[in-house]
Amino acid sequence: MLIYILRRLALALSVVLATMVSAFLLFFAAPSDPALALCPESKCPPERLAQISASLGLDRPLRQQFFEYFSGLFVGRDFTYAGDTVHCSAPCLGFSFLTRQSVNDELFSRFPNTVVLAIMAAIVFVTVGVVTGIAAAVRRGTAADRLIVGASQVLGAIPYYVLALLVALYPVILWHVLPQFSPMSEGFGRFLLGLLAPALILGLVTSASYTRYTRNSMLETLSMDYVRTARSKGIPERTVLFQHGFRAAMSPILTILGLDIAYLLTGTLITEQIFGVDGIGRRTIQAFRSQDLPVIMGSVLMTAVIIVVMNLIVDIGYSLVDPRVRLS
Amino acid sequence: MSTSTNTVSTRTAGANTAGEVVLDVSDLSVAFPTEEGLVQAVSNLSYQARLGRTLAIVGESGSGKSVSSMAVLGLHNPKRTRITGSIKLDGLELVGAPASTFQKIRSTKAAMVFQDPQSSLHPFHKIGKQIAEAYQAHNKVSKQIAHKRAVEMLDLVGIPNPQRRANQYPHEFSGGMRQRAMIALGLVNNPKLLIADEPTTALDVTVQAQILDLVNDLQKEFGSAVILITHDLAVVAETADDILVMYAGRGVEKGSAKEVLAQPSMPYTYGLLQSLPSHSEDLDELKAIPGAPPSLLNLPSGCSFHPRCQFKDQVPGDACFTQLPEWRPTPGLSNREIRCHLADPVATLQLDEGAR
Repeated sequence: MLIYILRRLALALSVVLATMVSAFLLFFAAPSDPALALCPESKCPPERLAQISASLGLDRPLRQQFFEYFSGLFVGRDFTYAGDTVHCSAPCLGFSFLTRQSVNDELFSRFPNTVVLAIMAAIVFVTVGVVTGIAAAVRRGTAADRLIVGASQVLGAIPYYVLALLVALYPVILWHVLPQFSPMSEGFGRFLLGLLAPALILGLVTSASYTRYTRNSMLETLSMDYVRTARSKGIPERTVLFQHGFRAAMSPILTILGLDIAYLLTGTLITEQIFGVDGIGRRTIQAFRSQDLPVIMGSVLMTAVIIVVMNLIVDIGYSLVDPRVRLS
Repeated sequence: MSTSTNTVSTRTAGANTAGEVVLDVSDLSVAFPTEEGLVQAVSNLSYQARLGRTLAIVGESGSGKSVSSMAVLGLHNPKRTRITGSIKLDGLELVGAPASTFQKIRSTKAAMVFQDPQSSLHPFHKIGKQIAEAYQAHNKVSKQIAHKRAVEMLDLVGIPNPQRRANQYPHEFSGGMRQRAMIALGLVNNPKLLIADEPTTALDVTVQAQILDLVNDLQKEFGSAVILITHDLAVVAETADDILVMYAGRGVEKGSAKEVLAQPSMPYTYGLLQSLPSHSEDLDELKAIPGAPPSLLNLPSGCSFHPRCQFKDQVPGDACFTQLPEWRPTPGLSNREIRCHLADPVATLQLDEGAR
């Protein structure tokens, strides 16, 4: 078990490293100049541009830049820009020249917003999806089943951003039924309330697929021989459905859940953008717009780490649910 | 069998009640409405199972053997099944009974051992827990006592090291051991009736014999009635007292197992026995019954077996095609009933066998 986890961690690390190298090459080798972003082309004399490039270290060889970046991840590094020296402690993801902040500050300060939104949405979609999925499976073929499946299909068919925009527009902005986003610094209660609207719509729309996963998985397990055996023991039907049926139906759902949460943690681009939630996703979009390469790279790296770690958690969780799965 | 420390002596059955009818199935029909039409899985089936005796229900796949037994435990989805007739288990009418009745009788009065122990045991639950759960459902006992009972049962069915085995998962058991555990599960509440649905089909031949011996031994010990569902006539010869041969959802021949196997008196039973490959003869070809079992969506008129029956020409008129043969005693044999229009089936079948 321990050896397995260590091996998986080593593998995870290599995935992260590979991501890092390719992201670095892609962005720093790309034909876009961060110096240009700081100094608009139309009124930027070439010598000024060269000056900026030099102060950013962009004129140094690629290999050296990469080495500095890489060592910064482990020991931290100092950035000197326009006379100021900013220390960026390990794991240093870089320094945003546009905001004059370390990428760590840029991303880690916003991460809690994304995490809380992801957790709230996950609570909504897991609860709604699993409950409706089980209800539909148990009532298979009835009007209730058709209603649940139909509703989940309709919800899944409407483009998400349309629904999110409608929710942002009507209940939040026009009717003031649900509060707008407010940063955590202005009170945790208000912060949670502000995330209610985005979490609800994100959770509700995501729940549609969970309804279908759960229903299908549940129908499959309910047709299994061991469920018939359970029933033949004379135990209550509820025990048959939950301890025998749902217990087994859960494991495929866990896999998808782990990956979905990973994606949510890397920032829900559309949701954060529409509801003005100051999270990772929104910051990444801003970085793309302003060609803030260090932030983009930091975001890519963070995404890779989150996904790799969630994958590991899912695999370990799987072995806890299903005794046949041995970690070796 | 191991030196079991079982406390199964609470059982009052035994020699004095042997022969008592535990299960009385009469005129049972089971049908499944589907989009293509009504699947008539069992039609007007009647049979009895008695304490201390083993009844073999024999037939091809789709002959209704399993479907009829599952009806005894109420394992069909009531919304998608039409059941008529009567199933009396220990005097209690089960056709139309509410779910709560079935919940009470399952495992306590009638239990079932299923075909494939690999898929019939829950992969996520420990063996001991699966057995203890059935005991706890019907006895107000603590978890520890139920677990102890499960260990006793595992010991009783000959699983070595039951204490340790009880804490293992099904995938850690071999096929034969899993089926032993299934039998332990079936017997944990001393049911009067044990239905074994092809209990040896998924097992090696050597293990098959062990399992059948185990069922036989336990039956002697418990004095319960056993229904053995099988398509394997060798299994019947080894274990059964009585036999019911089924074809297309109907019983076609019943009697003493040994006598029926020695001298079948209905063309389908005869065909089944003829199709068994012999060990001594060097055959180029197996003597299969021509044709295939009929579709249960659309049963043949008259005798369901007539499309495959090689003796239908020997029945005068078109009785085989138009009339469903009623149960009647086989002429010339005692304690035997068949559904067949042949005037003297014994003579007809003997003549055919002599000609081969």
